[in-house]
Amino acid sequence: MQPILSMESITKRFPGVIANDGVNFDLHAGEIHALVGENGAGKSTLMNVLFGLYQPEEGKIIYKGEEITIDEPNHAIKLGIGMVHQHFKLVPPLTVTENIVLGSEPKRGLKFDKRKASKDVEDLSKKYGLAVDPKAKIENISVGMQQRVEILKTLYRGADIIILDEPTAVLTPQEVHEFFDILKELTKQGKSIIFITHKLNEVMEIANRATVMRRGKTMGTVNISDTSPTQLAEMMVGRQVLLRVEKAEAKPGKEVLKVESLSAMDDRNLSAVNNVSLNIREGEILGIAGVEGNGQSELIEVLTGLRKPTSGEVFLNGKKITGLTSKQIKNHQLGYIPEDRHKRGLVLDFSISENVILGIHNRKPFAKGVNLNYNEINKHADNLIEKYDVRCPNRQVHVRSLSGGNQQKIIIARELEVDPVLIIASQPTRGVDIGAIEFIHSQIIQARDKGKAVLLVSAELQEVMSLSDRIAVIYEGEIVDVLDAKEATEEKLGLLMAGIRNNEK
Amino acid sequence: MRKEDIYKNIKELLVPVGAIALGLLVGAIIILMIGGNPIEAYKALFIGAFGDKNKIANTLARSTPLIFSGLAVAFAFRCGLFNIGVEGQMFVGALAAAYVGANVTGLPKVIHLPLTVISAMLAGGLWAAVPGVLKAKRGVHEVINTIMMNFISYALIAFLVTDVLRAPGQTPRTVGILPSAQLARLSELVNWSNSRLNTGFLIGLAACAVIYYLLWKTTVGYEVRSVGLSPMAAEYGGINSNQKIILAMVISGALGGLAGAERILGFDRALILGFSPGFGFEGIAVALLGRNHPVGVLLGALLFGALSNGGAWMNFSTDVPVDLIVVLQAVIIFFVAADQIVRRLFPKKKKDWGVV
Repeated sequence: MQPILSMESITKRFPGVIANDGVNFDLHAGEIHALVGENGAGKSTLMNVLFGLYQPEEGKIIYKGEEITIDEPNHAIKLGIGMVHQHFKLVPPLTVTENIVLGSEPKRGLKFDKRKASKDVEDLSKKYGLAVDPKAKIENISVGMQQRVEILKTLYRGADIIILDEPTAVLTPQEVHEFFDILKELTKQGKSIIFITHKLNEVMEIANRATVMRRGKTMGTVNISDTSPTQLAEMMVGRQVLLRVEKAEAKPGKEVLKVESLSAMDDRNLSAVNNVSLNIREGEILGIAGVEGNGQSELIEVLTGLRKPTSGEVFLNGKKITGLTSKQIKNHQLGYIPEDRHKRGLVLDFSISENVILGIHNRKPFAKGVNLNYNEINKHADNLIEKYDVRCPNRQVHVRSLSGGNQQKIIIARELEVDPVLIIASQPTRGVDIGAIEFIHSQIIQARDKGKAVLLVSAELQEVMSLSDRIAVIYEGEIVDVLDAKEATEEKLGLLMAGIRNNEK
Repeated sequence: MRKEDIYKNIKELLVPVGAIALGLLVGAIIILMIGGNPIEAYKALFIGAFGDKNKIANTLARSTPLIFSGLAVAFAFRCGLFNIGVEGQMFVGALAAAYVGANVTGLPKVIHLPLTVISAMLAGGLWAAVPGVLKAKRGVHEVINTIMMNFISYALIAFLVTDVLRAPGQTPRTVGILPSAQLARLSELVNWSNSRLNTGFLIGLAACAVIYYLLWKTTVGYEVRSVGLSPMAAEYGGINSNQKIILAMVISGALGGLAGAERILGFDRALILGFSPGFGFEGIAVALLGRNHPVGVLLGALLFGALSNGGAWMNFSTDVPVDLIVVLQAVIIFFVAADQIVRRLFPKKKKDWGVV
């Protein structure tokens, strides 16, 4: 089959790094082509080259039989290439229609022709089976619908190729299925789709072919019918990886964390956590499953003292910690891996040494009176770098220059080394490569087996299911149900995550 | 020093040195455009700043208040605060020094001088605490508040010096500082100099060392820098950022107060209205040039002091007007602020640790 697009030996260099090194990629008309690889493998660079954001130093792009250069995104759009970014680029107070036509509005004279815009959007939405409410404002519609709006935006501009960057990260399992149906419908109508992801089960489910990238190079393109997740993972990482988490039966001990009817507001003063009660025992992992933005972040912030609750109590090892400051709670032996490692977990422009003492910098032996004891700090840093396999040139580099996985290892090392009784791990593997994920998972399991209580929050359902001993599902700030992990299936959790309780079915 | 450290330090110097070189180049073009001889002008500039012992002493004297004001801006900046109010903090510090130094009598020098210096620091610190508290407790932006505090201090000092505290005579000034509160001048110590360079300069050097120690060797400094670089990570680390914001403003203001004390107790020996040509604002430029590091601030202050004194010499020994100095300073600051331009012009080998 003649490809609609082929990118041949694309090379793109940045100062000191080759982001794309002779990359080959081709796309057939009407296929869904997954582009997989770890963070930093060069997927985004390649797509940015295709979308005209970067100019490659070498290589050529052949589109519909002609060699072309794409010098800016508008040019790409004109050629029929559309991109849906991971973080949507929509204007919340404007309507669906207004967002879709924004920048290429139909006009009558000098006036914006609203009626024609509405009609165009309705026609498009019918043609491709993308159900949207053209008059609704973006701020009032679900994330799933916002994504459909983004896709309609590209179709409105006449896209034949649609690039989707990590499109499923924000969706519930049910929404993912709906979304996949849409993709199939689009390909039926002749559109070609490039699907950037690192979720191998999704690649297996939806894609026709997959191209794997590693360290700026293409490792090969495979037909999905001829491959397996294990093979893809090996191509991504370059060695055998354990996709399943292996763990022994939990041996829960006494209760460590007890949360009683806890409620809290979010930053906009709207109710975010609603009457939550939970408990976790020694040697047990309690996972919290839920679509992002359902109160998980606020719940964790209350537990760690970063946010004040409006009502309810929290007990750690039988002692009330409600309303204490984060410093006081830390002194009750809490290890906390925050969800946003760049904003919360690390001071990016501090060295590794300075980061491994964040939060314990006032304690002995790192502090000696008012002074910092650099001998001890450096010793501690070197020790953790070795023990947790942090790949870095030395302890003095700013953590900003490290990869996501290594940054996360620094946080995990710091938090596990204080010998906590409770570990709160929020999105511990977000944006981390497979090799590091494996390592982080095994560290969490090990901590559990040493009798620590673990509270795990993750947007990756797979992660919650494979690590947890019990799973609590959160929806709009409420714990809808708590299941034994053995009984939990993706379907059951998915329904609960959408707020549908068992007794309502 | 380890190899990486040396490499890092050279890297840090690249932008300021490159900016100065570019600044001089642009200056030379301007001199040519107004029909002057850049080599002659720069020679005069250099002689004016470092031509003999006396000129060197005067350059150091001109630099001294800039060391304090540069440190003040740099310290606040390390906590993420932009203290535009150093000028005002310097004024109230000067006022306190002028009052305590002239009106508290009967004390021996070992008590009177430190007392006077400390009063100046306290006054500056308290003056800066106001915007600090407002920022910490109410989230009011410190840039707005420090600027407004400047205006209050101008009015206050003008009123007090022209009326309440005015010494008899033509110019508005306070009565002279008592010998027991004076900082010794170089001209009083050696006979070759008539410079008003005084021991305040040594206090400036000490302040650089103290601020360096405070920022990088103590837990408080660690917390201040955490708040400056990442307030949310600091909060996560159990650091009370509001407390650090107030503390940083107070220390910054105290340094501003010291700038005033040196002028009043050592250089002028009285508070003369209009004693400052804008030392507090020049401190912002000095801190920027010195990359908010005490050593950088010291070097930046010396450069600006040299430009100022050398510029005056250049003005009357060549045809080039003294205003060129302001242009030079502006161009240097421009290139420091637009550091990407300098980095492009002076490319360096970049080692990449990004992909591991």
